[in-house]
Amino acid sequence: MNLPALKFSKKPGEMSRRDLLKSGGALATVTLAPGVTLMAFGGEATAAADPGKRWGLLIDVNKCDKGCTECVTACSKENGWKDTGHPETDAQWIRKVDLKDMATGREISAPVMCQHCEDAPCIDVCPTSASFKRPDGIVLVDKHACIGCRYCMMACPYKARSFIHEDLEDQKAHAPRGKGTVESCTLCVHRVDAGGTPACVEACNTTGHGAMMFGDLNDPESEIAKALASYPSVALRDDLRLNPGVRYSNL
Amino acid sequence: MKRLLVLVALLVGFLGTPVLADGLGPVIPKATGEAHPEGNLFMRINHMNLMKHDRDETVLKGDREISHSLKACIDCHVVNGDDGEPVSVKSEKHFCVVCHEFAAVKVDCFQCHNSKPQITTEALLKPELADANDIATYLKEAEE
Repeated sequence: MNLPALKFSKKPGEMSRRDLLKSGGALATVTLAPGVTLMAFGGEATAAADPGKRWGLLIDVNKCDKGCTECVTACSKENGWKDTGHPETDAQWIRKVDLKDMATGREISAPVMCQHCEDAPCIDVCPTSASFKRPDGIVLVDKHACIGCRYCMMACPYKARSFIHEDLEDQKAHAPRGKGTVESCTLCVHRVDAGGTPACVEACNTTGHGAMMFGDLNDPESEIAKALASYPSVALRDDLRLNPGVRYSNL
Repeated sequence: MKRLLVLVALLVGFLGTPVLADGLGPVIPKATGEAHPEGNLFMRINHMNLMKHDRDETVLKGDREISHSLKACIDCHVVNGDDGEPVSVKSEKHFCVVCHEFAAVKVDCFQCHNSKPQITTEALLKPELADANDIATYLKEAEE
């Protein structure tokens, strides 16, 4: 089996020197000369999305239970999307996909959501720049700019995006959503900004399966980066060279 | 310049007085929190620009420590209905509706955003709210 090489590094020039200085606590103190230090970057780094980070998920397919949909339920509850009785058009932030290898009979199941690509096709095709990538690698829809053309839904090879057809009420304050705009997994950006983990990961850990791991792919000391460095993993549709932030192991 | 002065005078005339006894202006509901340091008149004229600027800071850059978020407006300018529950934008009592009906300016915010305050995950994730008692206290405070 030919396993693709991982490339988590950003493109040259994507992270400026200033970004590097801004990112993380490690560089918050800069030594100018022995005994003279400059500490000026700490405050800014915590407020906005950190360009030194790249958030991602690692899903261990062997640990994912075929009958379990806790991650989907948790996402729905967290972000306030629900089925409206129109399966063709209903919201699809995350879904369970079951696969069977016809040659060996091996059956697997895994959650598929927005893969938070580095080179996201949804961003390439968006005519209003509503599809965008945050400095920390999370791909989002700015619904203030979205005109509902759905080009991104066509472009996404993972079918990760869906369009809202119905008038909505009582949305979650942290996950605004409305008719006429496209939406997808936000990697629970409101939780991540508050220092938490996505709702699906939390739910998966609560069930005891522990099939989902969340963390900073750029930090070699993070649990997820260590796991990726130690065990084989794949990106879905790696032939497209999109470098997604979501990886699967034992697929 | 003269037209601008007239416009400002009109704005001050209309918006400077919170309650017009003769029924010509909107009766603006009192907020639950502290007054804006910039002053009410400033907020009445500039709130949309402040919110638009800060929403981009949050949505595009991920900056959550902003001073003018729609959520903060909704949480503080809450108006309770006859049942004691916060009213939504469908009610003419709603803080935003009171003025916007009067000024005949359509608000699009609530096609996506909730027009009522609610407990959010961020609040629950805050370390100081980690245990159940604190959450209960928070709920009580949110009610008041």
